Amino acid sequence: MKDLRLNAGIPVKPSYGPEDLAGHDVDAEVGRPGEYPFTRGIHRAMYRERLWTMRQYVGFGTPAQTNARFKHLMAHGQDALNVAFDLPTQLGLDSDDPRAEGEVGRVGMAVDTLADMEAAFAGIPLDRVSVSLTINGMAAPITAMYYAVAERQGVAADKVVTTPQNDILKEFIARGTWVYPVEPSLRLVADLIEFSARRYPRSNPVSVCGYHIREAGCTTAQEMAYGLAIAAAYVELMLARGMAVDDFAPRLSFNFTCWGKIFEEVAKFRAGRRLYARMMRERFGATNPRSCMFRSLIGGGGSAFTAQEPENNIVRGAYIALTAALSGAQTMALPTYDEAYTIPSAKAQLIALRTMQICAEESGAADTADPLGGAYYVEALTNAMEERIVEELAAVERMGGIVEAVKSGAIQAEVARQAYLHEQRLAAGEIRKVAVNCHVGDAGAEADRDVELYAFDPTVAEAQVKQLARVRAERDGDAATAALRRLADEARGTANLMPAITECVKAYATLGEINRALKDVFGEHREPVGF
Amino acid sequence: MKILIAKPGLDGHDRGAKVVAQALRDAGHEVVYTGLKRTPEEIVAEAIQEDVGVVGLSILSGAHLLLTRRVIEGLRAAGAGDVGVIVGGTIPPRDVESLRALGAAAIFPMSTPLTDIVAAFTTRRLGEPQDVAGLGPRRPRRAI
Repeated sequence: MKDLRLNAGIPVKPSYGPEDLAGHDVDAEVGRPGEYPFTRGIHRAMYRERLWTMRQYVGFGTPAQTNARFKHLMAHGQDALNVAFDLPTQLGLDSDDPRAEGEVGRVGMAVDTLADMEAAFAGIPLDRVSVSLTINGMAAPITAMYYAVAERQGVAADKVVTTPQNDILKEFIARGTWVYPVEPSLRLVADLIEFSARRYPRSNPVSVCGYHIREAGCTTAQEMAYGLAIAAAYVELMLARGMAVDDFAPRLSFNFTCWGKIFEEVAKFRAGRRLYARMMRERFGATNPRSCMFRSLIGGGGSAFTAQEPENNIVRGAYIALTAALSGAQTMALPTYDEAYTIPSAKAQLIALRTMQICAEESGAADTADPLGGAYYVEALTNAMEERIVEELAAVERMGGIVEAVKSGAIQAEVARQAYLHEQRLAAGEIRKVAVNCHVGDAGAEADRDVELYAFDPTVAEAQVKQLARVRAERDGDAATAALRRLADEARGTANLMPAITECVKAYATLGEINRALKDVFGEHREPVGF
Repeated sequence: MKILIAKPGLDGHDRGAKVVAQALRDAGHEVVYTGLKRTPEEIVAEAIQEDVGVVGLSILSGAHLLLTRRVIEGLRAAGAGDVGVIVGGTIPPRDVESLRALGAAAIFPMSTPLTDIVAAFTTRRLGEPQDVAGLGPRRPRRAI
């Protein structure tokens, strides 16, 4: 019989039995749903009480275009938003910046000033809709804009539910929207967490991501280990500021992917929840059970999907939705079947939403908490996965800890190495991919050609640049200048920068101006280039 | 052959660039990688300074037409028009011919097998666009 290993390197036997759990105190290690260490999920009744939130990642073109797509999806039953910003916005470049040419409104919506965020959420009641903001290097100013929009809508601070991603460490490892060097970048992360914890009690001011690191190539065990290491780094930052762990930890949240082998993914989340709970209680002294809950968006990774015969991706998406449900997701998002080609068409986006709804309403996966709990294979795999994650955490420590590993580029190099190994296994047929390296059929040629793709609207940039010029002309220029000067002054000190950034935002300073003020003080990150 | 793998524009996705760089290195080429978010001007300057035979552009943001044009024009303006330019990334079918017309020697859209990419670099004729039309992947590329 052929040797079979999971993505994390764990060997799989043809069958499992009670002997595979010998020596484990299953009751203590696994426990019950809703109870420490939350192996079986963070809620007692899971989806019977509250279904996962459906939160497709949406944004393109101008804020007005994105606003229309938000409303379209909400009309079809999506209950929360996850905002995609274009690359200039993610990097703090105004739409008229020469470096933004060709990128304005392309992979997300363009935001230059508060006026754009007002347009994006016009007619969307921010006291009733929770909104994720996929923004990192620019999380502080974009979230300040979001809070300002909510305030102008008359929404009380304690009714605002938003999740800025605000996870800069994974940007240095995998996603690339860093601007400033590591230390000032971490200061901004902590400023937003602290500011939000004190004033916006229902905000989740950071979403710690393993997702993008896995998409960049790391293994399942590394994804969880790196995510836990990043979470620990942020907890330490906040403790160093004098905050008590239970004052901010209940609002920490996570963003992980799930694709590939169903049971390996389920085991990854069960092990991850257990390790996180123990870390928060035993290492950081958390006493509030909510501080020990690994609350996660679980979405599929685009890496699961293929350009060949793209309709097959709809089927892969359904397995991903099932896996996320069996993994105990709080929030779900799926890639769309046209993922390999471009950002989603409206049709593809709706099919992804319908996939999650079918999983919720028809499949029975939501009927009871952790339905796989107690299965010999799943429990044994959860234990094996825990061991692998602990090994990977030790490897991070050998690199000097996650922050040092990011600065030196050691962790980026490891992720790239794993990506290359994955590609070699795919080429060798060790990893099977239908219509790619097995069951390759001629029918694919026709299927490929028939995909209806999103078409980028080239007039977006012009409209956005015009809008920016109008805001610049109409604002009180002196107020904007004064606010930017205050921000630069405070950046040289140690104060929390959120109040100064908020003042800039409300004076309609542009994102580019705010970024420049900070960059003049902080400098720019120099990437440790290697492969 | 000496090859520059480059990430132009603002896109931060470097998995493909780093995988291709490793494969080319293992195939015996000397590979230089620019790192993320380089401008076309920076890439042209680095290609000339490193004296490479081929520049491989990895673009996943959708801005491939503009960025490829800038790099090719920049190389020509700097008297380095003989440097071959290869483009890989999220290249929708409708843009493949446009990239060829701009002067790209080869285009590797999504899911191009790594072996095909390495084979194309290894022919050593990428600086001569008229010779490379047939250098695409072995499998007929669908959707082009």
